[in-house]
Amino acid sequence: MTRKGNKSMGAMGGLAALAGAAGLLLSGLLIANQAAAKSKYEVDGRKSGYHYSNPETNEMQDDDFLNPGMLWVQRGIALWSKVDGAAGKSCASCHGDDARKTMRGVFTVYPKLNKKTGKLENIEQRINRCRVENMKAKPWKWESGELLSMTTFIGFLSRGLPMNVKVDGEVKPFFEKGKAEYFKRRGQLDMACKHCHIDNPGKRIRADLLSEGRAGQAFPLYRLKWQKIGSLHRRFRGCNKQVRAKPYKPGAEEYVNLELYVKWRSRGLPVEVPAVRR
Amino acid sequence: MAKARVKVPGKAKAGEVILIKTLIRHKMESGNRKDKKTGQKIPRHIIDKFTAKYNGEVFFSSDWEGGVSANPYCSFNCKVDKSGAFEFIWHDEKGEEFKAEAKIEVS
Repeated sequence: MTRKGNKSMGAMGGLAALAGAAGLLLSGLLIANQAAAKSKYEVDGRKSGYHYSNPETNEMQDDDFLNPGMLWVQRGIALWSKVDGAAGKSCASCHGDDARKTMRGVFTVYPKLNKKTGKLENIEQRINRCRVENMKAKPWKWESGELLSMTTFIGFLSRGLPMNVKVDGEVKPFFEKGKAEYFKRRGQLDMACKHCHIDNPGKRIRADLLSEGRAGQAFPLYRLKWQKIGSLHRRFRGCNKQVRAKPYKPGAEEYVNLELYVKWRSRGLPVEVPAVRR
Repeated sequence: MAKARVKVPGKAKAGEVILIKTLIRHKMESGNRKDKKTGQKIPRHIIDKFTAKYNGEVFFSSDWEGGVSANPYCSFNCKVDKSGAFEFIWHDEKGEEFKAEAKIEVS
């Protein structure tokens, strides 16, 4: 009886091993396919989060159809020519119907200085300023479907171009403030951004693999945990909560400065919007 | 607002097996989550039936349950013999239907 039992166990073990081998082979193929993409997402030793993702997640990002972020891009395309507000204008009225020509590269240079207010302004705030000043429409709410769609669409138009934010001259003080945010300890756990993303990338924090935090070229991205597209500021808030700090509001000055620093950390990396991460 | 995306090859040879990819934006609320503020369960709201038709004839359909993720992706094969139109229908639990169409030329 025991012998028989052992035998069948052995057969089952063999089957499991076979299935395991097939799985390994499959992920091996995925890894080989992604090797080329990986070298693209590394510039001067700066590695995008793509390097720290599962091969399966990267496969989703690489296939434009499989990538659920493209649903937001599609909605962005529809919003581009939708008339809204008292001025009776749409984005296309000023920027032209073919956004691929007029808006390519725009994403890579934000956040930028708004000369009127003397403050730093990121892409979401720029879109809303356009809506209020030029279209006489209501600004979109942060993390609303519309704002995420439009931001994702604008980011998508610059896909493949290197990130290139300006950090000198008039912007320098904001950059320094952003850098200070990055190195500032916060929360009950008394941790700064740098403790994970500069000191310990590639190591595990419980079940999660820490990335280098080169997020500037990837956000807004589709996060599997959120099951939707989210902005960089939502990610900041999540990180802040994890170290048990009180997060700032999305769009807060502190976050915009931090965004500039994070995007500077992503300098030279090609835009991946909409990226897919765990 | 176009919610669904489908990808069907524009041309194919008679008897060829083609791959069809579909994707739709839907929150697929599982019914197991709670509203953090009120503590009340969020009622279930999912797509429960997906049907694919070719020239009016159903050739693929599937029933979906609460475990299907948000923004579901579904791909499947179809053997095509003559030119025609595909119709894809996602049926929502609340009775709403989302549709998408695609055409194929078979030589």
